[in-house]
Amino acid sequence: MSTWAYIIKRLLGAIPILFIVSLISFFLIRLSPVDPLAQLKLNPAISAETIEKETKRLGLDKPIIVQYGLWAKNFISGNLGYCIDNTKVSTKIKSRILNTLLLSVVVIFSSWIIAIPLGVLGAVYYNSLFDKMLTILSSVGMAIPSFFFAILLLLFAQHTGWFPIGGLTSVDFSSMTPLSKIIDISWHLFLPAFVLTTISLSSLTRQMRANLLDVLNSEYVKFAYAKGLPKRKVIIKHALRNAINPIITLLGFEFAGLLSGAALTEYVFQYPGLGKLILEAVLQSDINLVMASLMFGSIMLIMGNILADILLKLTDPRVRV
Amino acid sequence: MKFGDFFIKIKKDKIPFAALIVLVLMYILITFADFFALYPSTYANRKLAYQPPSNIYVIDKNNKLVKHPYTYNYTKTFNEKYLTIEYKQDRTKKYPISLLGRGYEYKLFGIFKTNLHLISKPDDCNLFLLGTDINGHDVYSRLFFGGKISLTIGFLALLISFPIGAIYGGVSGYFGGKIDKILMRTAEAIMSVPSFYLLIILASILPSNMTSIQRFTLITAILALIGWAGFSRVIRGMVLSIKNQEYIKSIETIGASRKRIILKHILPQTSSYVIIAITLSVPSYILAESGLSFLGLGIQLPDASWGNMLREAQEFANILYRPWLLTPGFLIFIAVLSFNVLGDKIRDILDPKT
Repeated sequence: MSTWAYIIKRLLGAIPILFIVSLISFFLIRLSPVDPLAQLKLNPAISAETIEKETKRLGLDKPIIVQYGLWAKNFISGNLGYCIDNTKVSTKIKSRILNTLLLSVVVIFSSWIIAIPLGVLGAVYYNSLFDKMLTILSSVGMAIPSFFFAILLLLFAQHTGWFPIGGLTSVDFSSMTPLSKIIDISWHLFLPAFVLTTISLSSLTRQMRANLLDVLNSEYVKFAYAKGLPKRKVIIKHALRNAINPIITLLGFEFAGLLSGAALTEYVFQYPGLGKLILEAVLQSDINLVMASLMFGSIMLIMGNILADILLKLTDPRVRV
Repeated sequence: MKFGDFFIKIKKDKIPFAALIVLVLMYILITFADFFALYPSTYANRKLAYQPPSNIYVIDKNNKLVKHPYTYNYTKTFNEKYLTIEYKQDRTKKYPISLLGRGYEYKLFGIFKTNLHLISKPDDCNLFLLGTDINGHDVYSRLFFGGKISLTIGFLALLISFPIGAIYGGVSGYFGGKIDKILMRTAEAIMSVPSFYLLIILASILPSNMTSIQRFTLITAILALIGWAGFSRVIRGMVLSIKNQEYIKSIETIGASRKRIILKHILPQTSSYVIIAITLSVPSYILAESGLSFLGLGIQLPDASWGNMLREAQEFANILYRPWLLTPGFLIFIAVLSFNVLGDKIRDILDPKT
C-alpha cells in the first residue's frame, strides 16, 4: 500500500472512533444533573431571547437522541455554539489549541533531542557510573507530580526573577517588534516546557536505553563488530537505526500523555492552553465549551497517533499495514 | 514462582529493597494513622490558621539536656503597620512532650477504643510539628489521614479496573470477528480522549452534596473507568496468541463452556503481565488522584488527601512564606518513586526478557 493510501485509510478509520467519543461524552454530560443553561440564566447580561435561542439550537426541549443529532450536525458544519460569557466557542478554542500544540511540539522536540543521546550513552556505557546515575535520575523525573514540580519552579522563578510567572505574553506584547515577540513567547514558554520535558524525557531516555541494549545484543551487531567495524560506526550506522523505531511508535503515546499532563502544568503556570480551558469550562459547567474542547483534544490525540504511525512507516520499510 | 524466592530476589538488590521498605513503612504509618497523629482528623482551629511549625527543645537555658523535650506555644499578634498576622513564641510557659502517652480517644481499626499515641502533649499545648493550614488543620496529623486516602485509592481503583479490563480483553480476543471489532473500537475511543480531560469532566458532574464516603467511592470508580481500556487492549493481544495454542483447542474439543475457557484457561496465562502492569500503574493512579484533588475536583474538605492538602500551594503567598504546606508533595514523590523502582524490579524478575 502506498503511503498516501495508508494515510487516507487511517483518517477514515478515525471517523468511527470520533463518533463513539462524541457519543460517550455527549451522553455523559447531558445525563449529568448539570443544567447546560444554568449559567446563562444566571447572567443578567444575557437576554431571555438568547436563552430561548440557545434552547432551540441545542434542542433541549427534545429527546436526547435528537439533541445529539442536532449537536453533531452543528459540529460538522463548524458551529460550536456560544460560551457562557457569550463569546463564540470557536474563537476561544482556536488560540488555545494553537498554544497547546506549540507547547507540545516544543516539549516533544526538546525531549527527543536530549533523551536519544542520553539513552544511547546509557546503553553504550552499560552499568557504568554514568548509566546508574541516569537510571536514578530518570526514576526521579518520572516520580515528580507535574503540578508539584511546577509549583517548585514557580518558587524558583519568584526568587530569582529570571522567568516571568504565568501567561504566554507580557503586558506590552502588542507593541513589540516581531523578533522581541518571539523572544517574549519563548521566555514565557520556558518553565512549562521545562516541567513537561523533564517528565517525558525520563521515560523516553529509559526506553531508548533499553531498546539500544536489546539491539546491541543482537547477532547482526556482533557480526558488524566481527567484521572489524569501529564501535562508533556500528552504533550510529547499524544499531541506532533499529533502536529508534520503537521510540517513534511511542511518539503517539507521548503526545497523549502530554495532552493530559499539560492540563495541570498549564493550570499552575496559567498558560492559556486547551487543558486550562477545559478545566475552566468544567468548573463553570460551560457545556458547549467542554464538549468542543473534549472533541478537539481527542482529534489532536488521534492525529498524533496517526502521525507517529506514518513516520514509522516512512522510517522502517519493514512495516506493512 | 514462590513468594519466598520472589522476596529473596528483591532483597538482593539494594535500591528496590529500600523502596519496598519505604512502602511497607508508609502503609504501616497510615494503618495506624490515629496512633501517630496528634489531633483527630476532624480537628480544625480557625484561630490558629497558618501557625508556623513548633520548635522542640531538648537543651534548656543552662545548656543542660532535659528529661522531657519541651515546646512553647505561639501567640498571635496583628501587625497594624503591615496589616499582617504574626506569630511569636510565648516563652513564659514550657510544655513537656513525651513519647507513648495519652491523647485524644480513637478506635483502632474501628473496634478497639484507646487513647495511646506516639507523641503525647499537654491539652493546652498547641503543638504543630509541621504548622497549620488556612483552616487551622494540623498538617502533620493530616499527612497520615491524607495518606490513608491517597495510598489506598489507587489500589481500590485497580481492583475495579483490572478485572474489567481482563474480561473485556479476554472476550474480545477469544470471540474475535464482529464482537472484537465493536469492543475494540469502543476501547480505542476511550483511549482517544486525553485521560485527564475525561477525568476532570467525570469528577465535575458528581453532585456536590455527597457524603465523603460516597465521594471517595465515586472518585475511585472514575479513576478505574479511565484505566481499563489500555489494559484490555494488551490482554486482547495476548489472548489472540494464547487461544490458538493446542491445549485450548483440546479443551474446546472436550466441550468446556466459553466462559470457563476464558476465565479458567486463558486469562490465568496472562497473570505475570497483569502483576507487572498492576505495580507499574499504581503510581499513575496516585498521581491522578492527587492531581484531581489538587484542582478541587477529587477528595473534598474536611477530608484530607495529599492532593487536596497541596491545594494550599496554589496561593502564591503560601509557597513563599509557609513552605511547610508543601510537605505532601514530597510524600507523593517518595511514594510514586518507590512504586516505580519496585515495579521495575518485579518486571525484571517476572519477565527476564526485558
